Amino acid sequence: MKEISELILPDDLRYAEDHEWARVEGDRVRVGLDDYAQDQLGDIVFVELPQPGDTFEKGQEFATVESVKAVVECYLPVSGEIVAVNKQLEDSPELMNESSYGDGWMVEVNPKDLSEMDTLMTSTENLERLKGAE
Amino acid sequence: MRYLPHTNEDIASMLQAVGVKDLDALFSTVPEDCRLNGDLDLPGPLSEWELNHHMETLSSMMAVGPEYKVYIGAGSYEHFIPASVSYLLGRSEFVTSYTPYQPEMSQGTLQAIYEYQTLITRLLGMEVATASHYDGATALAESLLMAIRSTKRTKVAVSSLIHPLYRRVVRTYFEPTGYEVLELPYLKEGVTDLAGLKEINDLAAVAIQSPNFFGCIEELQETAQEAHDKGALFVVSFTEAIAYGLLKNPGGQGADIVCGEGQSLGIPRAFGGPGLGILASKKKFMRSLPGRLVGQTKDLDGKRGFVLTLATREQHIRREKATSNICTNNSLCALAAAMYMASLGGTGMRELACLNHDKTEYLKAELMGAGFRISFERPTFNEFVVKFPPSFEDTYNRLLEKGIVAGLPLAPYYPELADHYLLCVTEIISREDMDTLVREVKS
Amino acid sequence: MKELLGTKGLLLNEPLLWEKGKKGRRGFSLPPRDVGSFPVEKELAGEGPDFPDLSEIDVVRHYTRLSQWNFGVDTGMYPLGSCTMKYNPKTNEKQAGLPGLSGGHPLLPASLSQGGLRLMFELEKHLAEITGMDATTLQPAAGAHGDLTGMLLIHAFHKSKGAQRSKIIIPDTAHGTNPASAVLCGYKPVPVSSNEKGILSVEAISQVVDEDTAGIMITNPNTLGLFEENITEIARMVHSKGGLVYCDGANLNAVMGVVKMGEIGVDVMHLNLHKTFSTPHGGGGPGSGPVCVKNHLEPFLPAPRVVEEGGRYVLSEDYPESVGKVLAFYGNFGVMVKAYSYILSMGPENLKKASQLAVLNANYVKEKLKGTLHLPYDRPCMHECVFSDKYQMTNKVATLDMAKRLMDYGFHPPTVYFPLVVHGAIMVEPTETESMEDLDQFIEAFKAVAKEAQEDPDLLYEAPRNCKVRRLDETTAARKPCLAG
Repeated sequence: MKEISELILPDDLRYAEDHEWARVEGDRVRVGLDDYAQDQLGDIVFVELPQPGDTFEKGQEFATVESVKAVVECYLPVSGEIVAVNKQLEDSPELMNESSYGDGWMVEVNPKDLSEMDTLMTSTENLERLKGAE
Repeated sequence: MRYLPHTNEDIASMLQAVGVKDLDALFSTVPEDCRLNGDLDLPGPLSEWELNHHMETLSSMMAVGPEYKVYIGAGSYEHFIPASVSYLLGRSEFVTSYTPYQPEMSQGTLQAIYEYQTLITRLLGMEVATASHYDGATALAESLLMAIRSTKRTKVAVSSLIHPLYRRVVRTYFEPTGYEVLELPYLKEGVTDLAGLKEINDLAAVAIQSPNFFGCIEELQETAQEAHDKGALFVVSFTEAIAYGLLKNPGGQGADIVCGEGQSLGIPRAFGGPGLGILASKKKFMRSLPGRLVGQTKDLDGKRGFVLTLATREQHIRREKATSNICTNNSLCALAAAMYMASLGGTGMRELACLNHDKTEYLKAELMGAGFRISFERPTFNEFVVKFPPSFEDTYNRLLEKGIVAGLPLAPYYPELADHYLLCVTEIISREDMDTLVREVKS
Repeated sequence: MKELLGTKGLLLNEPLLWEKGKKGRRGFSLPPRDVGSFPVEKELAGEGPDFPDLSEIDVVRHYTRLSQWNFGVDTGMYPLGSCTMKYNPKTNEKQAGLPGLSGGHPLLPASLSQGGLRLMFELEKHLAEITGMDATTLQPAAGAHGDLTGMLLIHAFHKSKGAQRSKIIIPDTAHGTNPASAVLCGYKPVPVSSNEKGILSVEAISQVVDEDTAGIMITNPNTLGLFEENITEIARMVHSKGGLVYCDGANLNAVMGVVKMGEIGVDVMHLNLHKTFSTPHGGGGPGSGPVCVKNHLEPFLPAPRVVEEGGRYVLSEDYPESVGKVLAFYGNFGVMVKAYSYILSMGPENLKKASQLAVLNANYVKEKLKGTLHLPYDRPCMHECVFSDKYQMTNKVATLDMAKRLMDYGFHPPTVYFPLVVHGAIMVEPTETESMEDLDQFIEAFKAVAKEAQEDPDLLYEAPRNCKVRRLDETTAARKPCLAG
């Protein structure tokens, strides 16, 4: 497993308590799992995603991610409607390990209130709390 | 005691290593008020010789062949088990191992269960099968819960010709859940009446047994269509696995989940247990399956090997969110079934099934010839219902004394079927036995 | 250390069943066909299953070779914590194979099945005596099934009182089957943490228990191998709120003849005949999970039940409040025969002795290994002890690596990564049937592995070397499942 200093936490993303990341892309917000979460889980073997059209409040469970011997529930960092899911994860869940901020994204949301982004942690804040938890 | 290897010297030196004065002192963390005062009130110890004598006495108080001819099936069938199967099954590497959590040390169990899963999918025409469940009844209950999970609906329709005891287990499992079980009546021909289905909406599953409790072969294809039209999963249950050596398999007729009892496949009846719960499904429901699954993979050197897989469905990982609370399977019974199916082969399975079918038809024909009425006209496999005259109970009891159990009275299960008996014939019943039975019931 | 137990065995390769055989071979002798042919209607007949045709020797060699890739209690020490892998006496197998006991039809009239009914009646009584409870059902087929039955009983009890409740308290050390079973009965599991001593405190329970609590599920001794010292007080508190106490009896092997659960506040508990009562695990079943109850839960037990009427035994269905049935017939009778035979062979003194020696063996291993492995709860243990990989992790060697390396030394590894409250847990349950020499050999092996962890971690990362296969790719198995050939 990675040392805290080895973690990649890009500055242009916002981070939620349970290690989901969020990035504004036009009028959508793209969501995935951060480097810390994918590293802790190890090899990801299965991802259960919602259907486009489903709506969730901020903090509601929207997906589960499985490694060989663990399951984590993922909570949507901003409220809104799911407008796209990453179909590639169906056959290649390893993308979440290999490219957690790129091809390993999970869903795109049409956000109800974009200002919810401001309640999420910045990269620095995320790193600080990880250090604190150590 | 021969199972306890410690000598007094061992105990003394181990107590010293632990730092306590005697065996009682090991329990210092058990509060005084939790301790048992006095001794357990139990018999024994018996020497092995005494035990043999006692157990033989109990064994002799059970009616079994060859002295007794038992024409009861109803979910528990007497089939011939080759010596090679019993012998192999007794190998202690299989018998005395645990669940294969450490795959490198349990490839024997794992490959054997993978082969079992494969043979079951081929027998039933399905794509995946679990490593086994407790019995046919719990496999049905788990299948219905699985359908409820998959469809996110809360009602199931269950044929009244599913084994009555299986339906009781389903009701027990469902009672605290709030899910609803509706029963489909049966037609006078001896198969499930589907007419009522039209009225019911939001069904998670339609469940049918074939051959059903009366031995009759159900119209699976038609039922599958009806179920699918309603957006429900089609669940097929069975109690006699040998039937699929001869009959069309349920997978080929539209079943989404097939579940049943595999005791027929090389497992002795043992007064009802252990049996073998079989559960198979289409691949798309794989991640909703309850219970264990074995999968094929490779080791570090690229050599083929087997592991327990998709474990994230299970209770030891997902705890309260698991697909089931099931932990163990009935591994050794699954192994027996695999050995039995391997010994029969495809050719043998076919021949055996035909023999069972034909012997039953022989008895049916002889009983009809003797003037008895076969209650249901639909084709049957190795069981059928016959109506005897109202005075038959005396004959039945007289036959018990002669070592013949002339079927299962159906009235306790179907009150409307007084004087109806469910008879079963397998390959171990000879023509001579059947001729005797017919002669006796006639007199 | 003398000669290593682990070595290279004579392990032969063996293909899959369907990679062998030829059409037309047979391994089965069918009884003669003495009736004519009655063809089945064309539209009903299928083609028959696509099974390989094998000769008898093909089948015998196949399974003999497979069996040799397996490790069992008969092969060597199998210290799986929480699993009680004790010796499975051979006479039990013989008794279960007696023609009457292995061949009886479950729906025989009572007059023709007195032997089986009497055996069940007596076994129920014996198990009630051992646990200090009032009545027993033998119907549940396994431990988890016993859990479920226990929850069904609690559910039925509250329903009969006219007010269902919604919560079940479950400690963080519990087996996963506990919360999974509670949920099947519609209950919401409420987790509660154990204290710094590794056991439940009265305070922790007092904070979660209320009038909506249906009950508590306590494993005693718990999965850290520690006796729940506060059980009587906890039981009193749960009872005072109208809740019931369920005891997961997976660890009964520590306290037979020492503690009667019925006398310390337990209302209902399940046992594992395949753990405590020496019946073999069979590579994962069949087990048997009887449930014992106090009088107030007896009316709810699954039906039918065996009753004695003037020296004769019959099955009675006359239990209007029964939860119903949890298995088609009466339970795993074949397993019951073995447990019954074990209890009679042991007698009361030896059952107590078995528990004492099980606890002695665990404490012995704990004392001998505690410098080598980190011991998170350094207290007297019951029948098992839990270590962790804390010391070895400084060299980046984890529990799993040590477990795999133990295989090369000829031992089945202990239970690993459970209970979840200990990071990198190593849970050792030697059982009473291991001798001091065997324990010493295991202790030496573990010390050698720990030494290697310090000096040459690669040996551990690459372990096992001497098994039929090396470490298996579980990731690909789960990503691209191949569940049938």
